[in-house]
Amino acid sequence: MAFKINVNGQSTSVDVPSDMPLLWVLRDVLNLKAAKFGCGIAQCGACTVHVAGQPVRSCSYPISALGTKAVTTLEGLSPSGNHPLQQAWQTVDVPQCGYCQAGQIMSAAALLAKTPKPTDKDIDTAMSGNLCRCGTYLRIREAIHKAADIGPNASVKAVQTASKE
Amino acid sequence: MKRTEKTQMDRRSFFKVTAAAGGGVLFSLQFVEEALGQGRGGATPPPSSPNNFIKVAADGTVTIVAKNPETGQGVRNMLPMMIADELDVDWKQVRLEQADLDDSKYTAQSSGGSTATPNAWIPMRQVGAGGRAMFVAAAAQQWGVPESELTTGSGKVTHAGSKRSVGYGELAAKVATMPSPDLAKVKLKDPSQYKIIGTRQPAYDIKAIVTGVPVFGVDVQLPNMLHACFEKCGVFGGKVVKANLDEIKKLPGVKHAFIVERPVLTDAVLPGEPGLENGIAIVAETWWHANSARKKLVVQWDEGPRANESSLGYQAKADELAKLPPQRTIRADGDADGAMKNAAKTVEASYSYPFIAHAPLEPQNATALFKDGKIEMWGNSQQPLRGRKLVSDTLGVPEKDITLHMVRAGGGFGRRLTNDYMVEAAHIAKQIPGVPVKLIWSREDDFRHDYYRPGGWQNIKAGLDSSGKLVAWKNHFLSFGDAPAEASQPIAFASSSAMGPTEFPQRFVPNYSLQASVQHLGIRTGALRAPSSNAFAFVIQSFLDEVAHAAGKDPAQFRLDLLASAPPVEAAPAGGGRGGFAPPGINPERMIGVMKLVMEKSGWGKNKYPKGTAQGIAFHFSHQGYFAEVAEVSVDAASKVKVNKFWLAGDIGSQIINLSGAENLAQGGVIDGMSELMNQEITVDKGRVVQGNYDKHGMMRINQAPPVIEVHFLKSTFSPTGLGEPSLPPVLPAIANAIFTATGKRLRQLPLSKAGMSWA
Repeated sequence: MAFKINVNGQSTSVDVPSDMPLLWVLRDVLNLKAAKFGCGIAQCGACTVHVAGQPVRSCSYPISALGTKAVTTLEGLSPSGNHPLQQAWQTVDVPQCGYCQAGQIMSAAALLAKTPKPTDKDIDTAMSGNLCRCGTYLRIREAIHKAADIGPNASVKAVQTASKE
Repeated sequence: MKRTEKTQMDRRSFFKVTAAAGGGVLFSLQFVEEALGQGRGGATPPPSSPNNFIKVAADGTVTIVAKNPETGQGVRNMLPMMIADELDVDWKQVRLEQADLDDSKYTAQSSGGSTATPNAWIPMRQVGAGGRAMFVAAAAQQWGVPESELTTGSGKVTHAGSKRSVGYGELAAKVATMPSPDLAKVKLKDPSQYKIIGTRQPAYDIKAIVTGVPVFGVDVQLPNMLHACFEKCGVFGGKVVKANLDEIKKLPGVKHAFIVERPVLTDAVLPGEPGLENGIAIVAETWWHANSARKKLVVQWDEGPRANESSLGYQAKADELAKLPPQRTIRADGDADGAMKNAAKTVEASYSYPFIAHAPLEPQNATALFKDGKIEMWGNSQQPLRGRKLVSDTLGVPEKDITLHMVRAGGGFGRRLTNDYMVEAAHIAKQIPGVPVKLIWSREDDFRHDYYRPGGWQNIKAGLDSSGKLVAWKNHFLSFGDAPAEASQPIAFASSSAMGPTEFPQRFVPNYSLQASVQHLGIRTGALRAPSSNAFAFVIQSFLDEVAHAAGKDPAQFRLDLLASAPPVEAAPAGGGRGGFAPPGINPERMIGVMKLVMEKSGWGKNKYPKGTAQGIAFHFSHQGYFAEVAEVSVDAASKVKVNKFWLAGDIGSQIINLSGAENLAQGGVIDGMSELMNQEITVDKGRVVQGNYDKHGMMRINQAPPVIEVHFLKSTFSPTGLGEPSLPPVLPAIANAIFTATGKRLRQLPLSKAGMSWA
């Protein structure tokens, strides 16, 4: 079945089964690999993308449910990869294996859009659907706070990846 | 303490220096075998051709090869950091390049046993220092000054006397014509001179990771690639009798569907590396098409001899074995029975722990292309060399005709030490020559075809003398494997199911007895992060806590006294220098050091807590790492547990390579240990693993994570060792011991959810 969809600001047409989850349309049809397959049952959050600005688990979101709603993946979160969360994630050196982090950042981006200065509790609530098998949760909290400090208009700030000591 | 530092490479290495295209220079290693076959730890085959670790281009660009598989432990940074520091270039000048698998160029391209740091610590620094020495020699010749008057830094050689400076790139052409140094003789930096080692450097791939650039095995994309899934019998070793393949082949997007028969390499489906299993491959346009077709499969299986395996059966057998005399004695020091009779007090308890799964977040996968009799593969194995051999043996393609690109892994934890998915992908691709095929397991495949951390039971008894000193220890260890009828033959334990004769507190108790009984097992087991230790530390450190309370002593002081009680060191294990499982054994001084540090940092014994809140302490030595840890927990009336704060103190030698990565790994060990403590259990029914996904094998979530995990490293004089594993084992008993002090409930069975506990 043909679907007209909008992904990261681009309109495109895909011919796929109507029950095909958005995740597999993104990964195997559109070759957008940021969203990850982790569990297939919306338990791990590695596949999190935004649909009309809301975080959804794309592994369990059939393409037929999309309609005209716009999809944003990590590839489209910011034009040059310097969303405050992307900066903060680098400064804090959040990832270990890194596999869950696309989903983590997308969940965090949805949180910050709604709650620009989240508390630890806000973070825990918004992020509890995203598993990190390596256990980087403390750094995820720290990076979200840091991104909140950087603020939404600071995307031109230099990325600090250099050594602290 | 004595410094012990011995190279892991029992051979001498020389540089071979060649000109690179564009006027640069390549530093290649050439190994000279001196003691092949006499080397410790099984000699790696002699590298037959030189390899490249460093490339310096004429424009000064420095490229360093990262040789080991990256699974999230940070090795892609660490080994090149060692080279770059000694080479005396700035880290920000360095580009990293991931090596393909090539044992003719690199040694020990594996990830496991916390071995990378100890194995690489000397050779990688020698590589960098050898490169630096050549640039210094080249500049000395060019300027006609003694080498001793030259200094290096930021990829430049400087002669202060004449205020001259030259970049490595400019010297590259000259260096290419010079004789090579013997790396064993190059001078290494004094640690006070390190500029990169010991700093915080974010993961090299971090920008790619946070912007969604494909870097993982599962992301591999090739032209005309097809996608595969592979259905196996839930019972290990089961075979396909028949299946509705004609119907499956007609489903949308399906290109191929076929039965895979296990070639008889070995009858053993369970041990180590069983290789290709029986099943059904479905290959389609997308993975979703393949997996959707898979759901329509109707298969008649021959389940074979393992269809009656069950967790209930294992428990019943363990109950029976516990009442029988032990099958074997693993260790007997002194007279444990006699000492127990004379003891002023005895303590006795039974502990148990379940099977658990690895479940790295990236499902098992591999991509393969079979063309013109050769195989090209993309994989994220922790043991790629073994994987390539398995593919070669199974498919009859010589190893030299198999190319393996080592792709970043979304977690390993020991699961990717075995290469079943790799050989499956290669076999499927071989049936479709010229077409690349990516195989991805479903999460259910991963949970139901794992190499599980084996469960087990331990029945322990301790004897105290009238002063409260531990004088006798008896453990009847119940595990899995086969005990030969001939009593002189040792037990053949299932993988990762053994307890060694030196398990703590052996050597610290004069009368020590470790005996074992096993039952046969029909599911697969294997190494999970800190194998054995991840279960044994819970048992031994919890039971020691019971003993301390019975002795009326502070649990921390009791441990310190026990550690100090080791008999005068005849051959005191020096500790350090190696990772993995091999001796040397525990050095009590080092453990006392981290105990004291964690007690100081956590304010052990000095805090006044309300009812229901308490601290617990534990230590464990594994993979040559010394860790002592304290948890502060609160438990409410509904048995909901909150870890308020956690402290770790670790001694992994004289130098942390990358402090950012080290702290991250240590904290991750705490979170991982908490997952194992509370909610994880794999059970078996009718030969099949029951749990299929994360909803049934609970992993820690962010809202359950402690607000603070303090990591403290105690710098000792010993050579650096690994950190992938040793922070984890004490986590479980530290929390369980805190729960006891907070509630009076001694929890002896994992996971704690069985006792009605849960995270707050």
